[in-house]
Amino acid sequence: MIAAPPADDSAGSADSVAGVSAALTAHGYLPDEGLATAVFLAISLQRPLLLEGEAGVGKTEVAKVLATWSGGELIRLQCYEGIDAAQAVYDWDYGRQLLHLRAAEATGETAGRSTDALEAELYQERFLVKRALLRAIERREGPPPVLLVDEIDRADDEFEAYLLEILSDWQVTVPELGVFHADVPPLVVLTSNRTRDVHDALKRRCLYHWVEHPDLEREIAIVRLRAPHVTEALATQVAAAVQALRALSLYKPPGVAETIDWAAALGRLGIERIDEASIRSTLGTVLKYREDHQRVEHHGLAEIVRHAFEHAAPRS
Amino acid sequence: MAATAAPAAMTTTAVAGAEELAVAFARVLRGAGLSVPVSTVVAFTQALGVVGMARRDDVYWAGRTTLVRNPEDVAVFDRAFKVFWERATGSGLDEPEPEPLSITLAVDDDDETDGDDDPPGTPNDDPQVELRFSTTEVLRHKDFAACDDAELAEAYRMMARLRMFGSPRRSLRLTPARRGRPDLRRTVRAALRTEGEPLRQLSRAPATRLRRLVLLLDVSGSMEPYARQLLRFIQAAVAGRRRVEAFALGTRLTRLTRELGSRDPDRALAAAGERVVDWSGGTRLGDGLRTFNDDWGQRGMARGAVVVILSDGWDRGDPDQLAEQMERLGRVAHRVVWVNPLKVTPGYAPLARGMAAALPHVDRFVEGHSIDALERLAAVLAEP
Repeated sequence: MIAAPPADDSAGSADSVAGVSAALTAHGYLPDEGLATAVFLAISLQRPLLLEGEAGVGKTEVAKVLATWSGGELIRLQCYEGIDAAQAVYDWDYGRQLLHLRAAEATGETAGRSTDALEAELYQERFLVKRALLRAIERREGPPPVLLVDEIDRADDEFEAYLLEILSDWQVTVPELGVFHADVPPLVVLTSNRTRDVHDALKRRCLYHWVEHPDLEREIAIVRLRAPHVTEALATQVAAAVQALRALSLYKPPGVAETIDWAAALGRLGIERIDEASIRSTLGTVLKYREDHQRVEHHGLAEIVRHAFEHAAPRS
Repeated sequence: MAATAAPAAMTTTAVAGAEELAVAFARVLRGAGLSVPVSTVVAFTQALGVVGMARRDDVYWAGRTTLVRNPEDVAVFDRAFKVFWERATGSGLDEPEPEPLSITLAVDDDDETDGDDDPPGTPNDDPQVELRFSTTEVLRHKDFAACDDAELAEAYRMMARLRMFGSPRRSLRLTPARRGRPDLRRTVRAALRTEGEPLRQLSRAPATRLRRLVLLLDVSGSMEPYARQLLRFIQAAVAGRRRVEAFALGTRLTRLTRELGSRDPDRALAAAGERVVDWSGGTRLGDGLRTFNDDWGQRGMARGAVVVILSDGWDRGDPDQLAEQMERLGRVAHRVVWVNPLKVTPGYAPLARGMAAALPHVDRFVEGHSIDALERLAAVLAEP
């Protein structure tokens, strides 16, 4: 739920799919209908949104844009193998606790005090280090935050179970302090590159959307939006060339991020029409595997150039 | 708040039709073979309440986001939705669809045939203990291809007892240890017991963790004498520990992890058997491996993992492609193990073109024709 109306209301609102689509567009993200519907449902049903898709299709970007739109804080939890509650939910500041104990001892305060009393003193909120998940459900003023749980597939399954618990009840129990509960749940976006399957229980809790590469028209628009100094003609050529590259069955087909990088690189070099030489010198921004470079050379750069202009022609 | 008030009001009016539509559509999806838990149907109903049911696209995307949880299921969903929507709105041809019941029947059939394999082995369980011990010894070395049904049933029982520990490696997770980095959490706890004086300084060190194990089974015609037995072995591995992935390689790549996850081997094998559509077909190992590398391996499933290919290496595809894909796999995997049931044949030389192409990129080349060989394989897999 985006409780407070977004900062600039002209940009669209959260009460229809079209409104969400307009709002995301106004904040620099061009969603297709499927993604707009998924975001709209995530907001109105207060469900976490699980986004899966190839690397570089803009999954993480969704959360960032949602945060700028809603005005809520973006809280990012980057998952990695071995991540546990101490790094994701909360931890105690042991260094300060030890110092506190030493200080109390030095001034003679500890003498004659029970262990329980000492313990109660140590486990107070001021010694609590709040990590991303706890911060996301903490009571706060203003719009609820956007919680981005990035690359959940990298964390291990124990952690997923923990996450599921938090995402179902919107609460965290700190045994020494009590229960933290979110009055207004945060907007949660989880992303996965699918290196393994996310557990079904977690998936059931979430809305699911598989993010596809955009079609040509949308990709041109995205390039224009994200690399504004690039001319429309160049954006069109680059987007068409990338579509041709994706059809080559490469090891790592370029994502939208690469298209933007490529267009920006060509623009910075002052190139207005791509040709074989300019593609060859900038191909490293798009393809990151030696085998893919070889495959493209083998296929023929001329072919890519031809494709770039074939699609560009009807538009210009 | 205002944003959600309107849809909530809408929900009450829309929900009557939405519930029926959601339940009916869920039934169609289940018939088509998708798993559709009730909780997702509830979510679908709620979603319909918010987007409405007037536009096809809205209903479609509401269903896609709530009922589909894997990209592989999108195609099935799309087909089912098309049929369902056309029927529900009468917009398409009113052509009767085959009842989805037949699919369920097929599962039952498979269950029964698979169940039949077991009884022959069961009766001789108790009375002849000594005799059984000696048969066990013989059976341990007997080639699967030469085993009769009773012997296979016994072999399967032995497989289920095989424990696959897999290769350990350092994890990022820290556990209490005698020496290592300071463990402040436990030090503070201990200090409390000594009136705040940290007398005991405790430490922690990285834990070890099992590497992911990825099993790729060749199910082509030439593997016929071994494929089903090895699938049993794979099932035992998948059900036995976590972080094991299983695939079938034939003319295409089929992921079997979910099917084989069931603790009941017969049920698991029936599900897997149904999933694989190219049993005893041709082999294009290079193609299959490429799909694996593209869709799973490179993204992370094979990274740092122990990858086991169970195949005789007979391949109708391009050996260069196989070599290229093996090299690619070798670059991300911790270790690549090739299990070839034919290796034990006297005078065997890896002459199959595919085998010859793949060998330079294989770290360990082992046999896999008998229980004894599989036990040795388990030992190879446990090497660090």
